[in-house]
Amino acid sequence: MPIEIPIPTVTQVIFLVMALFTAACGLMVVISRNLFHSALFLVGALFGVAAIFVLLEAEFLAVGQVLVYIGAIATLIVFAIMLTRGMMRGRTSPMNHVSGRGALGALVFFVALLAFLKKVPWPEQAQAIPVDESLIAGLGDKFVTTYVVAFEAVGLLLMVALIGAVMLARDR
Amino acid sequence: MQTVPYWGDVVTGWLTGLGLPEGWALFIAYVVGAGILITYAMLSALLLIWITRKVVSRIQDRIGPNRVGPYGLVQTVADALKLLSKEQISPAYADPAAYNLAPILSVAGTLMVLAVIPFAPGLIGVDLNVGALYIVALGSIGIMAALMAGWGSHNKYALLAGFRVVAQLLSYEIPMVLSILTVVFLTGTMRMQAIAEFQALRIFGFNLGLGWLGILMPASMLIFFISSLAEAELTPFDLLEAESELIAGFHIEYSGMKFAMFFLAQFVNSWILGAILATLFLGGWQGPLVDQIPILGLVYFMAKAYGIYLVQQWIRGTFPRVRIDQLMYFAWKVLVPGMVILLMYQAIVQKLPVALGIQYLLVFLGNIALIGVVGVVLKRYFEQEKIRTKRSFSPRTLVGTMQPAPEGAD
Amino acid sequence: MLTQYAFVLIMVGVALSVPILAILANYFLSPHKPDPVKTDVYESGMKTVGDAWVQFRAQYYLIGLVFVLFDVEALFLFPIAVAYDKLAFFATMETILFILMLLAGLIYAWRKDALEWQ
Repeated sequence: MPIEIPIPTVTQVIFLVMALFTAACGLMVVISRNLFHSALFLVGALFGVAAIFVLLEAEFLAVGQVLVYIGAIATLIVFAIMLTRGMMRGRTSPMNHVSGRGALGALVFFVALLAFLKKVPWPEQAQAIPVDESLIAGLGDKFVTTYVVAFEAVGLLLMVALIGAVMLARDR
Repeated sequence: MQTVPYWGDVVTGWLTGLGLPEGWALFIAYVVGAGILITYAMLSALLLIWITRKVVSRIQDRIGPNRVGPYGLVQTVADALKLLSKEQISPAYADPAAYNLAPILSVAGTLMVLAVIPFAPGLIGVDLNVGALYIVALGSIGIMAALMAGWGSHNKYALLAGFRVVAQLLSYEIPMVLSILTVVFLTGTMRMQAIAEFQALRIFGFNLGLGWLGILMPASMLIFFISSLAEAELTPFDLLEAESELIAGFHIEYSGMKFAMFFLAQFVNSWILGAILATLFLGGWQGPLVDQIPILGLVYFMAKAYGIYLVQQWIRGTFPRVRIDQLMYFAWKVLVPGMVILLMYQAIVQKLPVALGIQYLLVFLGNIALIGVVGVVLKRYFEQEKIRTKRSFSPRTLVGTMQPAPEGAD
Repeated sequence: MLTQYAFVLIMVGVALSVPILAILANYFLSPHKPDPVKTDVYESGMKTVGDAWVQFRAQYYLIGLVFVLFDVEALFLFPIAVAYDKLAFFATMETILFILMLLAGLIYAWRKDALEWQ
């Protein structure tokens, strides 16, 4: 009996490519010997995640991912690398005395995620998503009604982070 | 009003009419569309560089390029050909991956913004729901490119310049985002095409096309313009390049086409920022009779975008350069607080229980007030600066050595 | 919606291929004669001292951090701005409170001279 291999749709192919790209970049972040290269691979991985958000039709999240994580956080990470003295030269060893335990922890987490994936009752049929801006407007509406406490907590958190950063940097 | 169909639907419909399957028709239409957009950007870059040279040289009482082609129009093509034959010197200790990727990313990040710019009714690469945010997000690719170029070159100047340019881009991105946010608050949409459509002014159903947001929100427009000058590293914020006194910024170690890519990205970027300003605040393709003759929109849009580009070059030719501490002062202590307060004011005004016209009037008055406050702050700052520079440079030591020449002496 | 992003994906492809092709064309058309002086670090003719990858000041990090916070704030405000017409007046108060908290942080940084560039 011949095995029927289903022809993948374009979306599936793009997803596969992006997922592999993200995973490969993520792996390179960990095993790259040069700290700056690790940061660049992190940017690649974040781009891959943004692309996957697009495939899930979560365009606002995708753009936000690029804006905040690549534009701001990755830049901040590079600035942090430049603050360190010895790390700039590259040639840091990716291994240290806790790497074994770290790998074990990652494996346990992966298994837990797999188990979780099995448990979730994924819907068989995708819901139709509106093509206009009502999704984004709905998000904005939820910010100030249902999730208003979380929203204001985010504001508070941002303020605390700013004050903390100023204190740390000034009292050096 | 007749609605103009989206170009992608028209081309796809025509191709499927020829008997192509729908997926392929879409693919071909999009590849052709993207190709036209980017070819246009490349050709316009040649024109933009020529405009810059001509305008700046006229301001400086020079003639500018006038040998190759009529009015020196082909000069840029000749330069591009020259750069094509230049050796690509790779610095010995450079980091090859970062060094070679940086110019590519710099150009690609700039060109991709073109996808959401509405050129005319129905003539927009793609009208994304998050268009305004997409533009801001792509700016982060430019930031990464600058960091990679600075670090990858293995050169202290490049690294320093790269870091400073990133600090500059970060500082001015905030007022820029906030001024885009004021537009989104007013229009209630992030789609670029919808923002352009919002700026129609209908009197008895006739579209004058003059409801420009820049008239309503002059402070937002000015702050967007100033931030766009900083984002494009133009005068008065070009202190990293400072072509009259310093070696080039983070691209000091680049030569040949790799250097040309940074150069190209900078020119195209300043035009694109002007085009975004035109779309957000000057009505984009809006203008009289645009409903009757949609192609007129393209003319209006181009006139506005190139007009803003000319203003940028005018500023380039006439303004002095700011210092880096002034740059940071202006971004964080003038523009950001001003924009945040304006945003809060606008949020309150838009919820006041009064007629829409009065809301608009209040928004306008708030903008004027902000311009006034910024003007006063800047005036005080420059008065203090005058006193400070007088103190640090005391001309008393020169008395007696620099006498005016006596009459008749040659 | 995905067809829209198909255009963005194609734009990525074309926008990346243009500079790559230009640089490749340059690579094949131009001479290759590297020598130690030419490929040396360019510092206006001076001999370079030490490593180029030096340690930097904390100032850049601080600017980056303040930027992150304002960036996140702006990102949160965009959906609210899109939905603003349909929101109740209560929402305005919440939005203002959200902005005010970050403004307070900015004023604190200002008072501590963290925004000063030395």
